[in-house]
Amino acid sequence: MEAAIEVQDLTKRYPAKRSAKDAGGGLAVDAISFTVARGSTTALLGGNGAGKTTTLSVLLGLLLPTAGTIRVLGEDMLRHRYRVLSRMNFSSPYVEVPRRLTVEQNLRVYGRLYGVRDVGGRIRELAHDLDIADLLARQTGELSAGQRTRVALAKALINQPVVLLLDEPTASLDPDTGDWVRGYLERYRARSGATILLASHNMAEVERLCDMVLMLRRGRIIDRGSPAELLARYGQDNLEEVFLDIARDRPRRAAAAQ
Amino acid sequence: MTVFETASGDTGFSPRRVGALILRYLYVLRSSWPRLLELAYWPAMQVIVWGFITQFFMTNSSWVAQATGVLLGAVLLWDVLFRSQLGISVSFLEEMWSRNLGHLFVSPLRPYEFLIALATMSLVRTLIGMLPAALLAIPLYHYSIFDLGLPLLILCFGLGAEGFAWVAVFAISPIAAVFYPVSVLPAWLQGVAYALPPAHVFEGMRTLMVEHVFPTDHLLAAIGLNALYLAVAGAVFLAAFARARVLGKLLQVGE
Repeated sequence: MEAAIEVQDLTKRYPAKRSAKDAGGGLAVDAISFTVARGSTTALLGGNGAGKTTTLSVLLGLLLPTAGTIRVLGEDMLRHRYRVLSRMNFSSPYVEVPRRLTVEQNLRVYGRLYGVRDVGGRIRELAHDLDIADLLARQTGELSAGQRTRVALAKALINQPVVLLLDEPTASLDPDTGDWVRGYLERYRARSGATILLASHNMAEVERLCDMVLMLRRGRIIDRGSPAELLARYGQDNLEEVFLDIARDRPRRAAAAQ
Repeated sequence: MTVFETASGDTGFSPRRVGALILRYLYVLRSSWPRLLELAYWPAMQVIVWGFITQFFMTNSSWVAQATGVLLGAVLLWDVLFRSQLGISVSFLEEMWSRNLGHLFVSPLRPYEFLIALATMSLVRTLIGMLPAALLAIPLYHYSIFDLGLPLLILCFGLGAEGFAWVAVFAISPIAAVFYPVSVLPAWLQGVAYALPPAHVFEGMRTLMVEHVFPTDHLLAAIGLNALYLAVAGAVFLAAFARARVLGKLLQVGE
């Protein structure tokens, strides 16, 4: 298995000033290790404060780890992240694109930042694929949540990333739009062979999209496996129940039955 | 199945990325006509008000009356300083208000490219703001700031380095000797004044206009100090950026 992302003993402890208000004494991520295979979709699953967003932020270089190593596409992200950033991208409902710019202006700026050669052509392609052609001339701030999600996805795909990191990609979307986004991500991965790592609270989304799930609690990976493996291991019918078992520290049914 | 690959392994400076950010700020500027109007409005108003004050002094044969345009020149050069620091601060705040820093810094954009884009936009905003006022002074008062010469004007635009001190510009105004010579200040404060580039710019302007001597010493001092402050400001920015990456502030900033 060729790895797109390799994380070894990653630890993030926030400095003392911040740690006073954080559970776990500022320890957001506690010596986690995992590998994401090229072309796969992996989920970071866990409750609030589990360390999902922190892990994504460290992978992107927005946050410096306290300890550990990270390699993306073979490059050491702590020393050579600029070698791979043009082949990665990111989307989060908590990080917005400028609202006063039109959709096309935003995509043009990001296309240039990522060194896309034919920015106009790429925008037309994305406008067709994501059904945002009618939105290109509109200010981003005027759009509905669903429209903004499609625009954020267009921004995240502007450079046709080999590694795509998504923080809650369907948060606050209606079921129809959420389903459409999930379908698009499936098609994008199938077409491009991209590697996707996403953080999510949506269990149905994880079951549908992901080959591998990393279950986090209080900064630690406490279980991992494919959705089917986790369901079997916990003796549950769906990932939501598995999530609750882990979040509430309930004993595994399968294990308990043995 | 093919994996989409774009540019890989680029580690150098990219004018294209700097251009991308400048484009982003120009889009914002272009989207709001009140913003464009506001850039030119205050300098124009100040030129009108201070121009009449200058005319008053001229008819009263004071020291100022010996140096036609000293006050007008001071107003215009002070506004260059004010506009340039505003240009950097506002462009940076735009990114914070729009919660866009996270997106910017997961792209291949380098922090120093971000600084260059901010400084370039500061120059653009200053030119938009100052040109109408400078041109207005020519027919109204027969005063052209362009007569000061290119070196002094370039020196003033170099004061964009001061833009990193968003608040400091107001604090230094009394000791920058904008409307009066440095010699007016108490002796102990004169040393502080000469440690600031604006004091050299305004002293140089007065030397040029009153004594008709090109102020080479002030010009060189201001250039040297500007370079020093620019280097210090750049280092402080990079240190703050590194600290923000430790604390996770790049994802948290917003309205």
